[in-house]
Amino acid sequence: MKINNRTTHKFLTTSLMTAGLAIAGSAHALTVITFGGASGDAMQEAYYTPFTEETGHAVTPGDYNGEFARIRAMVETGNVSWDLVEVESPELARGCFEGLFEPINWEVLGIADDLIPSAVSECGVGTFVWSTVLAYDADRLPRAPESWADFWNVEEFPGTRGLRRGAKYTLEFALLADGVTAEDVYDVLATPEGVDRAFAKLDEIQPHIQWWEAGAQPPQWLVAGDVVMSSAYNGRIAAAQEEGRNLEIVWNGSLYDLDFWAIIQGSNHVDTAHDFIRFASQAETQAEYSSRIPYGPVNPDAIAMLSDEQAARMPTAEANLEGALAVNTDFWVDFGEELEQRFNAWASR
Amino acid sequence: MSSITANHNADNQPITGLKAQLRRAERMKKIKAMLLVAPLALFLIIAFVMPISSMLWRSIDNTEVSSVMPLTAAAILDWDGQGIPDEAVFEAFAQELRESRAGGGLGRIGRRLNYEDPTFRSLLTQTLRGLPLSTEVSWTEELIGINARWNETSTWLAIQRTAPTVTDRYLLAALDLERDIDGKVAQIAENQRLYVSVFQRTLVIAGGVTLICLFLGFPLAYLLATLPPSKSNLLLICVLLPFWTSLLVRTAAWIVLLQSGGLVNSGLMATGIIDSPIQLVFNRIGVFFAMVHVLLPFMILPLYSVMKGVPSSYQRAAVSLGAHPFAAFWQVYVPQTVSGIAAGTILVFIMALGYYITPALVGGPSDQMVSYYVAYYTNTTNNWGMAAALGALLLVVTLLLYMVYHKLVNQKQLVRS
Repeated sequence: MKINNRTTHKFLTTSLMTAGLAIAGSAHALTVITFGGASGDAMQEAYYTPFTEETGHAVTPGDYNGEFARIRAMVETGNVSWDLVEVESPELARGCFEGLFEPINWEVLGIADDLIPSAVSECGVGTFVWSTVLAYDADRLPRAPESWADFWNVEEFPGTRGLRRGAKYTLEFALLADGVTAEDVYDVLATPEGVDRAFAKLDEIQPHIQWWEAGAQPPQWLVAGDVVMSSAYNGRIAAAQEEGRNLEIVWNGSLYDLDFWAIIQGSNHVDTAHDFIRFASQAETQAEYSSRIPYGPVNPDAIAMLSDEQAARMPTAEANLEGALAVNTDFWVDFGEELEQRFNAWASR
Repeated sequence: MSSITANHNADNQPITGLKAQLRRAERMKKIKAMLLVAPLALFLIIAFVMPISSMLWRSIDNTEVSSVMPLTAAAILDWDGQGIPDEAVFEAFAQELRESRAGGGLGRIGRRLNYEDPTFRSLLTQTLRGLPLSTEVSWTEELIGINARWNETSTWLAIQRTAPTVTDRYLLAALDLERDIDGKVAQIAENQRLYVSVFQRTLVIAGGVTLICLFLGFPLAYLLATLPPSKSNLLLICVLLPFWTSLLVRTAAWIVLLQSGGLVNSGLMATGIIDSPIQLVFNRIGVFFAMVHVLLPFMILPLYSVMKGVPSSYQRAAVSLGAHPFAAFWQVYVPQTVSGIAAGTILVFIMALGYYITPALVGGPSDQMVSYYVAYYTNTTNNWGMAAALGALLLVVTLLLYMVYHKLVNQKQLVRS
C-alpha cells in the first residue's frame, strides 16, 4: 500500500511538474483566479489590463467556484499553479487557519491606512464590499422605513416580510431591532442570553415572515407585492433598480461582508502578487471597477470618483456606512452550526 | 436390442467425451455471461457499494485527532480525567500542534475540536502563536501561560473525547441526543432539538405524496389501460411530457402559479371564491403540489404496465355472476394489480424520501426534509460526519420500512391467490 501510494505520488508529481514547467516556460505571468462572471469582466477592464500596461507583468485570469479543496490540494502537493485567488471571508478564515495562504506583510504593502479597517486581514486584502440590506418597494409603503425596528413594526407596516432562511444575518438584525448598537451586536450574540434575546425578538414577527432561499427571490417578491419589505443583497436590488423598479434600500443596520485577495502558500510570484494587490487597491482602479458593478470599493477615496448616482449605491459610501455593521466571520465559522440548528428548530415549531 | 447395446458399449468412450464437451460449453457460456455482467457489477461496486460504505464509516469516523496527533491521542487516553494531565501529554500536544500546520492537519483537528466546544479553533490559533521555540521548557507552564483554559479539566476532557478512533456523537446528534459529562446518553437542550422532527416530517411528506400519487395515478392508469391504443398513446405522451423539462424549471413554475400574485390566486379572486390571496406556496401545500406533480409519472407507469396485462374478462365474469360492479372491481380487478401498486408506491416513496431542491424552493422552514440538512452539512459547514450520520439513519429507516412493506405485500398476495 505504502509503495503503491508512493509510486502513484511520484508519477503524479513527475507529470504535474512537466505540465508546470511547460506553463512556466511560456510566460512568467501572474495567475489570478476569481469567481468570474460580471465581476470577472469588470476586473479584467479595471485591474488586469491596466496592470499589464503599467508594469509589463502579464496576468493569466481564471475562474473557479470557490472550491476550497482545489486550493488545499495545490498546497499539499506543492504544485502551486495559482498565485492570487479571490475568496469569500469564511474561506479566508479557514484557509488562514490551515496555513493555505501566505500571510500578508502589511508593512511592506503599506496600504493599510488607505483601506477600510475590515479589508485588512492577516492573510487577505479586501477587494470589494457587498451588503445585506433592508429593501422595500417605495410605491407600496406609506412612509419609508428607517431601521430594523421599523421592520419589526407590524402595526404601522402591516404585511409579510422576507428574511433569509438561516441564522446568519437574521440574528444580527433581530438584535439591531431590539435596540442593540451595531458595535455591540457580536458581543451580545456571543453570550447565551444574547442568543435567547435574539430568538425572543424573532418570536414577535415569526407569523409575518416569508423565508427566502436564493438571492433572486427578495427583489422578485418585492416587485410582485408578496412582501412589503425584505432583507436582500444590495447587488440584486441595484440590478432591479436598473430595470426601472422603484426599490429602495435602508442602509442603516446593513450587514456588509468582503471578498478578499489571498496569495496561495508557495506561490512563485509573491512579490508580483503584492504589486498587483497594491495596484488594485488604488482609488482610481477601485472606482473603475465599482463603476461597472455595484460592489463597494474598499478604498473610500474611490467613492468621490464615481457619479453621485453610483456612489449612493455603494455599501462603503460614507453615508451608507453609518449604522452599518461588518459581518464577523470568525464568529460564524465557530458558532455557525450550533446557531443554525437552533434557528431551524425554532423556525419549524 | 442387441445392436443398441453393442452400439452403446462401443460408444461408451465418446459419450463421456460429449459430456465433458457439454460441460465445457456450459462453463464457457457461464464465463461469457459473467463477463457480460462484469462491467455492471464493477460499476455497482464502484458507484454504489463503495460510496455507501464510506458514508456509513464517516458517520462514526473519529480519526482526525488520532491521525494528526498520534502521541497526544495515545497519551491522553491513559489520563484518568481528574485535574489536568501530566507534563508528557502537554509536551506531546505542544509538539504535535506545531507540526500539524503542515499538510492541513491543523484544519482537521481544529474542525473536530470545534464540535466539542466552538471556541477551540481560536484557542488553537492563539496557542500556536504563543508556543516558544525552545524545547527545554515546562510545557505545562508554557501552555497555561498562553491561555488559562489549558489549566481546566474540561478543555482536556474535550480532547480526550476526540482521541478514540470511532465515536457515536454524530449518530446521537442526528437523534437529538448527546453524551453528558458522565458519558450517559441524554437528550440535548430543548431549543436545539431538531432532527427527530425532521425525520418524522420526512416520512409524513413522503407518505402523503405517495398516497396522493396513488389516488390520482390509479384511475389515470386504469383509463390508459382500457382506452383504445390511439387515444391511450396520446395520453401516455402527456404523462411522459414532464420528463422532458428540468426538475428545477417545473418547481419554479409552481412558484409562479401559486404565489400570492400568481395565476391560481388571481383566478380564484376574479371568480369571487376568495377575497384575499391564500398562502399556497412556501408552506406544506406548495411542497405537496410540486412533489406530487414531479412524482406522479413514477406511479402511473408501473400501474399501467401491470394493468395492461390484466384481462377484462374476469371482471365481466364477476358481474355476470351477480357481483356488484364495485365489488367486482375491488375484489377481482384490484388484487390483480397489487404488484403494480407495490412497485409504484415503493418507487415514489423512496424517491420522495430523498427530495431536496423542491422542498428547499417551495417549502418553508418547517417543510425541509433530511436531505436539506445533509446538503447543509456537506456544502456549507464541511461537517461530513454529521451529514453521513443523517444519511445513514435515513438509510436504516428506509430499509426497515421496506422490510415491513415487503412482508405486508407478500402476505396480501398469498391471501388473495
